[in-house]
Amino acid sequence: MKKAMKKIYLLGSVSVMLMGLVAVFAFKNTNEIIVDKGYAIGDVVTDFKLKSTTGKTVSMVENRSAKGYIVIFTCNHCPFSKAYESRIMALDKKYASQGYPVLAINPNDPAAYEEDTFENMQAVAKAKNYSFEYLQDETQNVARAFGAARTPSAYVVKREGDKFIMQYIGGIDDNTQDANGVTKRYVEDAVNSLLAGKPVVANVTKSVGCAIKWKGV
Amino acid sequence: MFLKRFFSTFFLTLYLSGFQLFSQPEKVVIVKFEDLQKMINSSSDTTLVVHFWATWCRPCVEEIPFFEKMNKEYSNQKIRFLMVSMDFPKDVQDKVAPFLEKNKINSEVVLLDEPDYNAWIDDVDKDWSGTIPATLILNTTMRKRVFFEGQINQEAFTKELKAMIPTAGDN
Repeated sequence: MKKAMKKIYLLGSVSVMLMGLVAVFAFKNTNEIIVDKGYAIGDVVTDFKLKSTTGKTVSMVENRSAKGYIVIFTCNHCPFSKAYESRIMALDKKYASQGYPVLAINPNDPAAYEEDTFENMQAVAKAKNYSFEYLQDETQNVARAFGAARTPSAYVVKREGDKFIMQYIGGIDDNTQDANGVTKRYVEDAVNSLLAGKPVVANVTKSVGCAIKWKGV
Repeated sequence: MFLKRFFSTFFLTLYLSGFQLFSQPEKVVIVKFEDLQKMINSSSDTTLVVHFWATWCRPCVEEIPFFEKMNKEYSNQKIRFLMVSMDFPKDVQDKVAPFLEKNKINSEVVLLDEPDYNAWIDDVDKDWSGTIPATLILNTTMRKRVFFEGQINQEAFTKELKAMIPTAGDN
């Protein structure tokens, strides 16, 4: 599509219009996939099976002791994900023992970002000694189902029997650059509420991050 | 004598300030959302293009030449392009300024220092999820606003912008 865009500017007026139409349609199609809204609060989240950097295949239902999960779409290359890395590790340290472990999922097309290959995911997980599963969403279907558009994007799901119910969608906290400047801990507040048997108050927040690179777009 | 000295100093100062303006890359002003909101909400017949980007955002960087080109193309119209960087304020010297210099960016650039994204994203546009690039075209006099999330459809953007060029007599 980018190449087509460039051509548009080089070619004459008639072909410009024709190709413009083609480009518009191409854009519309890809846009529908990306802007798919995904799960809403209260929706049942379909379980997934993803490859972990540990070599295991991980699904949500397998871990019987989990009361739920903190699902975070993140990756290696994105500066905003990097800024949150230690806070994601801290979330798992704090909440895994209370029944809400972190599941980190890298949805990026590794062909677009060398840093986001499975090998590099393994290297980072090992070097930083991740206590949580770092999963690769190779088909990008899980990110699509969640409606994730950027990294980092956080979700909190609660187990009800063998089902998982969406409880929180949004940012991790209110200060990406400066962990010491955080005043609202959105994910922590959500998990704390669930642990106390209360509903999540701020259950949807908006955040900025690196756009997920979709395959074939 | 006094007058002569006064004038020579005066012109020297004028010359120097002019020289500085042209030889130095423009400084990136750090703004709060309040400042941005004032620009967005102020009643004006000028059409404002607010483009949210960051040096670390590859899809943003890819389309910056397009916005530069548009800015040049419409420089004689009442259209103001404002490139709002979402880079961290700590990176303004080491990343943003060198990026602008290297890529010869002449558009007006500000850096938005407002870390609680959830507090203001909806105020830019309800439909904005927070993904960048994102672009807002608005004209308060015409009561028109168009919002784009993600890489811009250049055809659609140009069409919308053309429809929002203020005419000379508009006020």
